[in-house]
Amino acid sequence: MDFSFTPEQLEIRDLAMKFARNEMMTKAAQFDVLAEMPLDILQQAWSLGLVNTCIPTQFGGNGFSAIDSMIITEALAYGCMGMNTAIMANDLALLPIVIGGSDEQKKRFLTPFTESYKIAAFCLTEPGNGSDAGGLKTSIKEDGDDVVINGNKMWITNAGYADLFVLYGTIDPALKHKGITAVVIEKGTAGIEVGKKEDKMGHRCSDTRAVTFNNVRVPKNNILGGLGKGWSIAMKTLDHSRPMVAASAVGGAQCAYDHCVKYAKERVQFNVPIFNHQAIQFMVAEMAMKIEASRLLVHKAAWLLDNHQSNTQLASYAKAFAADSCMQIATDAVQIYGGYGYSKEYPVEKIMRDAKLIQVYEGTSQIQRLVIAKEIFSRS
Amino acid sequence: MNIFVCVKQVPDTETKIVPTADAMFIETSSIKWIMNPYDEFAVEQALLIQAAHTGSTVTVLRVGSSKDTEALRTAMAMGADEAFLVEAQDNLDSYSIAKALKAAIAKSGKNPDIILTGKQAIDDDCLQVPQILATMLDIPSVSVVVGYEGSASEATVKREVEGGALEVYGVKLPALIACNKGINTPRYASLPGIMKAKKKPLTTLSLADVGVSDADRRVKYSNFQLPPEKPPGKKFDATDSTKQAGLVKEVVGLLRTEAKVI
Ligand SMILES: Cc1cc2nc3c(=O)[nH]c(=O)nc-3n(C[C@H](O)[C@H](O)[C@H](O)COP(=O)(O)OP(=O)(O)OC[C@H]3O[C@@H](n4cnc5c(N)ncnc54)[C@H](O)[C@@H]3O)c2cc1C
Repeated sequence: MDFSFTPEQLEIRDLAMKFARNEMMTKAAQFDVLAEMPLDILQQAWSLGLVNTCIPTQFGGNGFSAIDSMIITEALAYGCMGMNTAIMANDLALLPIVIGGSDEQKKRFLTPFTESYKIAAFCLTEPGNGSDAGGLKTSIKEDGDDVVINGNKMWITNAGYADLFVLYGTIDPALKHKGITAVVIEKGTAGIEVGKKEDKMGHRCSDTRAVTFNNVRVPKNNILGGLGKGWSIAMKTLDHSRPMVAASAVGGAQCAYDHCVKYAKERVQFNVPIFNHQAIQFMVAEMAMKIEASRLLVHKAAWLLDNHQSNTQLASYAKAFAADSCMQIATDAVQIYGGYGYSKEYPVEKIMRDAKLIQVYEGTSQIQRLVIAKEIFSRS
Repeated sequence: MNIFVCVKQVPDTETKIVPTADAMFIETSSIKWIMNPYDEFAVEQALLIQAAHTGSTVTVLRVGSSKDTEALRTAMAMGADEAFLVEAQDNLDSYSIAKALKAAIAKSGKNPDIILTGKQAIDDDCLQVPQILATMLDIPSVSVVVGYEGSASEATVKREVEGGALEVYGVKLPALIACNKGINTPRYASLPGIMKAKKKPLTTLSLADVGVSDADRRVKYSNFQLPPEKPPGKKFDATDSTKQAGLVKEVVGLLRTEAKVI
């Protein structure tokens, strides 16, 4: 048992935190209001190696462990949860290629992401199928050497800027999970129609849109793992991406907490700094406990991955616990700031809006509990 | 060119400083160390000079404890080629540090064409090591440098003086240049840089290796104390315009009798 980071991990964290503090935090409020992708910041993050942490070294990546990528994600979300969503969505889209792609596909699709800053989108959710992803309706039909894709995707992060879409469809809805197929679609392929940017509560700088696929034709060698192999790729992707999303919750919560500790020492009411009031102390103590517990769950879920052990249950513990904690912490942060907390002039208001999404995407907090219960009862 | 950079590791600016129980130094066990911010400008300048002169090497030097080699690793992750650490307790005085640096440069086997440092370390703010080192090496030095342009044999440097004016110097190399904020924008150490830095050579020397002993000390620390807490400021309510003239008189009087600044 060893809870300490390696010297490299400390350096990785310091760099990511320095970048988050200097480049992201300083512009977070501005891009939240503008609701625009901070392309320069994303580009700079890429040039420092903070983006696409999942790409293996053979294909030009930096060879990060899952724990390394959690450390980076936590730091970036500390800087701005919205900007981190734009960064993390790349990993979410590239992971199915890392997990299910052939070496030829990895070289073709992943390596360009290591040569310049490119953007990827992960297309699973549909207007009628969110939590019940297995019931998705987008059709994938074989046609000679190609497949033809038809359907609607909803809430697709990075859609407006994507160089690459990784899409889940079905070769036959009657086959249920066994029909689900993952396919890579490159930008510019005829028939991709990107909708208007959604006007969201939080993560406002990230680009979320509906995407329609009308007779989109791609060669069969863009299919990951073969027809009908998509579901198992999706599940393995979630084992990695859910802890990452949980890590982003830890980053957001840590940021809210740090603001609160500072503010509670500065703000005077009843002639004493408010941290002297026990009610404030209790809220801050609660925050500290939940952040540490969330982080430990994230690291354990990632450690299991790095050690090639099943982590589905831990990944869901981490995702649900960290997301719910982040929401509670952000809400309490606004409480500690009082009226000032409700104002956009102060940073915790945005964190509270951003926190909510973490309980929703990558499987809602309810779905995480379903996964956990299923694991418990299928093994007992 | 043989480019040398001296870096110091200082407590993170957010660290709460506490004197040790015997008041002989500060408590270092819980400190998070960072590279002295002015030294980041020196490392960046070294890398810029290296990029302009193919075949140049950048060697970083540090005198200090080996518990954490943050500053050297950061410099190598930014792009420096190799590093020398002279292992020593963190409370050496400026003279001993300069002497150790001079000997470490000699041990590197390379003749320096330029030595870059920060203008000062933000922990003890002594502002002495660069000048002592340059004197020991018998080379020119310019401090508070905010602009640098040079060839392999000479440089034109701008230094900032009181009031924001600039002095411009022509210097023959080898020289020591102590950098100030504004000379450049330090790059981040990239993640691939961090990974590569692991494989770069870091040589550790002892104080004995560089011939520094307690006898070299010019300064001995004897009593570390926190500065007294600042008394709260005085506020004067000047909203009532009829009372403003009287207030001015009162403030001037207090500046004379109480603050004793005029
Ligand atoms: C900003 C944003 C970005 C997103 N980015 C992406 C992306 O890049 N790619 C992508 O594919 N998707 C993305 N999503 C979609 C996201 O993953 C889904 O919104 C999420 O999975 C929930 O699906 P839904 O919205 O259809 O809600 P629903 O599934 O309709 O759920 C509604 C409510 O019912 C609950 N519920 C549903 N089923 C059950 C059940 N069996 N038991 C108990 N409760 C249940 C849910 O927990 C929720 O509270 C994004 C969403 C948002 C808001």
